[in-house]
Amino acid sequence: MNLIVSSSPHIHGKDSVPKIMLHVILALLPAAAASIYFFGIRALWVMLVSIATAEISEYLFLLLRKKDTSAALDGSAFLTGLLLALTLPPSINLSMVAIGAAVAIIIAKQMFGGFGANIFNPALVGRAFLQAAFPIPMTTWVANRAAHIDATTVATPLGGFKFSHILTAHKDLLLGNVAGSLGETSALLLLLGGVYLLVRRYIDWRIPVGVLGSVAVFSGILWLANSNKYPDPVFMLLAGGLMLGAWFMATDPVTSPVSPAGIWIYSIGIGFFVVLIRVFGGMPEGVMYSILIMNSFVPLMDKYLRQRMLGEKK
Amino acid sequence: MIELAMRRGVHPPEGKLSAQKPIQDFPLPKQVVIPFSQHAGKPATPLVKKRQKVKTGEKIGEASGFISAPVHSSVTGTVKTLETVLLPNGSSALAAIITVEGEDQWAEPTWPVKELSSLTPDDLRTITREAGVVGLGGAVFPTSVKISPPKEYPIDSVIVNGAECEPYLTSDHRLMLEHTEEIFQAAQLLKMAVGAKRGYIAVEDNKRDAAEAFDKLVRGVADWEVVLLRTRYPQGAEKSLIKVILGREVPVGGLPFHVGALVQNVGTLYAVYEAAVKGIPLIKRVVTVTGEGVKEPSNFMTRIGTSARELLQAAGADLEAARKIIFGGPMMGMAVKSPDIPVLKSTSGILILSSVKKERVFPCLYCGKCVYACPLKITTTRLVKYIQAGMWDQAKAFGLFNCMECGVCSYVCPANIPLVHWIRYGKFMVRMMEAKQ
Repeated sequence: MNLIVSSSPHIHGKDSVPKIMLHVILALLPAAAASIYFFGIRALWVMLVSIATAEISEYLFLLLRKKDTSAALDGSAFLTGLLLALTLPPSINLSMVAIGAAVAIIIAKQMFGGFGANIFNPALVGRAFLQAAFPIPMTTWVANRAAHIDATTVATPLGGFKFSHILTAHKDLLLGNVAGSLGETSALLLLLGGVYLLVRRYIDWRIPVGVLGSVAVFSGILWLANSNKYPDPVFMLLAGGLMLGAWFMATDPVTSPVSPAGIWIYSIGIGFFVVLIRVFGGMPEGVMYSILIMNSFVPLMDKYLRQRMLGEKK
Repeated sequence: MIELAMRRGVHPPEGKLSAQKPIQDFPLPKQVVIPFSQHAGKPATPLVKKRQKVKTGEKIGEASGFISAPVHSSVTGTVKTLETVLLPNGSSALAAIITVEGEDQWAEPTWPVKELSSLTPDDLRTITREAGVVGLGGAVFPTSVKISPPKEYPIDSVIVNGAECEPYLTSDHRLMLEHTEEIFQAAQLLKMAVGAKRGYIAVEDNKRDAAEAFDKLVRGVADWEVVLLRTRYPQGAEKSLIKVILGREVPVGGLPFHVGALVQNVGTLYAVYEAAVKGIPLIKRVVTVTGEGVKEPSNFMTRIGTSARELLQAAGADLEAARKIIFGGPMMGMAVKSPDIPVLKSTSGILILSSVKKERVFPCLYCGKCVYACPLKITTTRLVKYIQAGMWDQAKAFGLFNCMECGVCSYVCPANIPLVHWIRYGKFMVRMMEAKQ
């Protein structure tokens, strides 16, 4: 008889970190597969290079930090690689992809202390780095094969609106027959993945509701004030990286607040900045910066906002 | 019958293997080990010496303060020795080791046994005190103290706790089925003792048969209601029950009487009945013996002090394959070093787990699952960070001593962080530092 003496509880629920990562990756697969359909085999290469670089960087830095290297297999680096790829233009040079993935893992994650210790969403830091380092390739968009356009480069729906005041049809935004980053084309497939995560309770419902709701409200106010000048809220919801950001980036547990009050401030803040940057900023899209800005408030919110305990004075 | 549900908490696999097994009287053991500390508060003062003869039900330890309880011999025999023994929680305490000598010869009760209808509130305080009745739901708080709240806090509601939300355990379930009337009579006595207006009998819906048995009984009795609760852990914790049934929040650091409530476990009520009607002190209780590799999961009416080994052998447990022997349920029970530990007043079950995996621990990912599952709404993520950093003042402000260690946070944690263990460590450290000052 070899009895284990340990502290209760003696049973454990079914959730684990690798399992959550696996399901988030599964939820992204429809959008990832669609990107290959829309942009060809090139999209697959972008994803593969991003994921492979992320995994290798993770492994090497765990080794360097004298940590357990099997942590590289928990799925988090894979997910970061996949998420980064989905935010990149399909025509981007593959060496740039590798640089972005390495920055995401090494600078945004491992330098902060690895899994759980990072303040900013690693994939978005990788993308922000590429945006600053390679502004032209990061804003050159190839045509979507499903849209049947004979042109080498085209504008994204948000770019088209900002610079030429062209509104893309809602149907095309929903289905994904538009130009853009790998994973931001089909709002419908992203929604599908997001709802899957919601049903499995791997993400907090308040985050997509807060982000999408506040974008709808803020852009709706502008649209009602002047519908000629400002885009309609449905366009704002479906275009660009908002769906990917609201369901898969802003919901990253590590870089989002824990308390309900914090989550509402965080998610509404993201929606506010998205509308502000898209409508009044110099760039057509602002989801990435909005999330990164609000990420920076999370440690503060976790420190000062906590739910009232049962029986605690109001 | 009204139906309610708690919103937080978890619903682990129920594992109630012994639910259909009637309570069996466990045969008299050859020897019993009766610690003098089986209750919350000060240990009892021994009244017996080595080689002294004792009768069944004889008081062998006297309560040593207001929050304390006497202990009684559960058998007839001779005190072999008084020595320090290991308790399920890993601590040790002085115990009387009594050699059993034949059938029971009953000691006279040290309280008056009267007609039920003539009992006064003070009689009930005397009875529960003298009979060593303590809360059998797990906290083992002296019942006499619980039914003597300060005058400025009138009790308006009594809740009979038949939730038995811990997986595997069925001792309360069987008692409710087999002794429905006795439990209800005792509940009415305690309601009278505290002068409450309303009474509720709370049973989870995985024991619908017990709820229906009570419902038949209380139908037509004024002021009583059966509450069927959707099965959820830790719904049977006092604070959870009061919140679900009465919608009241017990203040942080407070007790149920602060919000006019009295919660009594069904096992405790059965003990009150035995003491008031039959004059028998708390010398036996129902123990569920169950788990993985237990051939005959059982509910035994067991003499206090019987060795867990005997119960496990009687239930056909595979002790060689056992990886954990747990006193209590899988969520709050205590894993013990050896099966040679006696059944105490608090022992609701003995559980064997034989497939224990060591899970990899990840860093916290702040998913907040622990925070949202916590029945007391403690921000566990932050609390545990403060404990790990040794920031004790902040930890206290975040509810360190509010935590009741129900285990829900550790259960849901996808990173497998032993959150409850950290909280216990934090409590220990703070208590130690405060004791030094």
